[in-house]
Amino acid sequence: MYNASDLRRNLKIQIDNEPYIIIDFQFSKPGKGQALYRCKLRNMINGVIIDRTFRSVDTFEPADLQERRMQYLYNQENEFYFMDVENYEQSMLTLEQVGEAKNYLIDNLEVDILLFENRPIGITLPNFVNLRVTRADPWAKGDSVSGDSKPVTLETGYELRVPPFIDEGTKITVDTRTGEYVTRVKE
Amino acid sequence: MSPGSKNSSSEGEQRRLAAKRSNLWLRARLLQAIRHFFIEKDYLEVETPHLIPSPAPEVHIDAIKAGGAFLHPSPELCMKRLVSAGYSRIFQICKCFRDGERGEHHLLEFTLLEWYRTGAGYMDLMDECEEMVLSVSEDLGFGAKIHFQGHNIDLKRPWERMSVKEAYERYASMPMERALTSKRFDEVMVREIEPHLGIPKPTFLYDYPAELAALAQLKENDPALAERFEIYMGGLELANAFSELTDVSEQEARFERERLKRKQLGKTVYPMPERFLKALAHMPDSVGIAFGLDRLAMVFTDADKIDEVISFSPEEL
Repeated sequence: MYNASDLRRNLKIQIDNEPYIIIDFQFSKPGKGQALYRCKLRNMINGVIIDRTFRSVDTFEPADLQERRMQYLYNQENEFYFMDVENYEQSMLTLEQVGEAKNYLIDNLEVDILLFENRPIGITLPNFVNLRVTRADPWAKGDSVSGDSKPVTLETGYELRVPPFIDEGTKITVDTRTGEYVTRVKE
Repeated sequence: MSPGSKNSSSEGEQRRLAAKRSNLWLRARLLQAIRHFFIEKDYLEVETPHLIPSPAPEVHIDAIKAGGAFLHPSPELCMKRLVSAGYSRIFQICKCFRDGERGEHHLLEFTLLEWYRTGAGYMDLMDECEEMVLSVSEDLGFGAKIHFQGHNIDLKRPWERMSVKEAYERYASMPMERALTSKRFDEVMVREIEPHLGIPKPTFLYDYPAELAALAQLKENDPALAERFEIYMGGLELANAFSELTDVSEQEARFERERLKRKQLGKTVYPMPERFLKALAHMPDSVGIAFGLDRLAMVFTDADKIDEVISFSPEEL
């Protein structure tokens, strides 16, 4: 149980049986008045942002969240399936919940799946993922327009710019936080 | 931790404090200018103890316990004892301590300028506030125009004077009476009213509901209101003032009510400040004001956080 004085940015609490993360927090106290804790919160399931003002007598349940290490299995239409590496139970996230992470999901990739009351609601990727280039145009020497990078497509369908020496079939490391090329993988 | 992180954090502190240098200089000059103003006007600078046995029982002000006593949340009670003994014009600049108050505009330990004057009403005190801030601003070389958080603020007299009721009518989604009965007065004040106050001139917000002023005198022609005012500049609350209540039994009854409210909320109930109540019997009509000096320094340095005008925040200790 949290008290109002525990409220701070990034704290995860439960409101109306849904998990929220505090994304903005302001303490205010009009002269001689009561302390007010003004929060902007994001619903961790649907992303909706709400404004709430709490008082010092308010208490909060921590959101019942846990992360499980899971392996990506496959996707079918807009559903992405994962398997818990310890108990082999399967979980499913929708395309909306997976979001940008879909650019990095290759078979057997290990990720952390966020569960709220045992229900999967989100995904955390490793910071770096190795992916194979499936389409790359040959580097046109002296092409000054594109500078020192060229566009390629990866096995997940993700498109990004890489240095000109990267060829089709090469494996590269991508930073999942920025979506940018990091290095060529030696095989 | 990366190697050398200890070293880089001490470099961080060097940089941080160097960046604060101009603010800390201005803060020091502000203190000097304020002292100069009050000394010129024949006020006596006093110092009263920070460690006291019984803070004023107010429901929303929590004192910090220290060695069997409390750090004073305000110098009010001791200063009024001086006023009651014939000290007719006194001021004090001191640290005050309030538990749980930490935010962009709040510090558990903050600096207050508090002054008292006998034989004057709260409207006279408004005049004196205008005079003080303008004089200090001129001393600091700002003149009558300052820039604070995107607003040009004109300090030229007279400032805006608006009753709390009017402010509710002008800015709030409900009338003051409804905000009070639905216990949303503070919330509406913070969310809907305060952001409009003190632009482009400082605002005196006056005549607060009586139940929000435990130590203030009520208005003669309307006892539902207290002769209390607050000062705002650019949406920031800077000071709280009132005509002092001098009726001992009324004061005792109000303290008793505040103590009961504290008990109901499970908060520490302070001992009744008996010596203060005894002295109050001799207190002449007077006005008093608590002016937040850190916040005034914020206004003159155009700072958006109180941390920018102090050397060390509690988290940096």
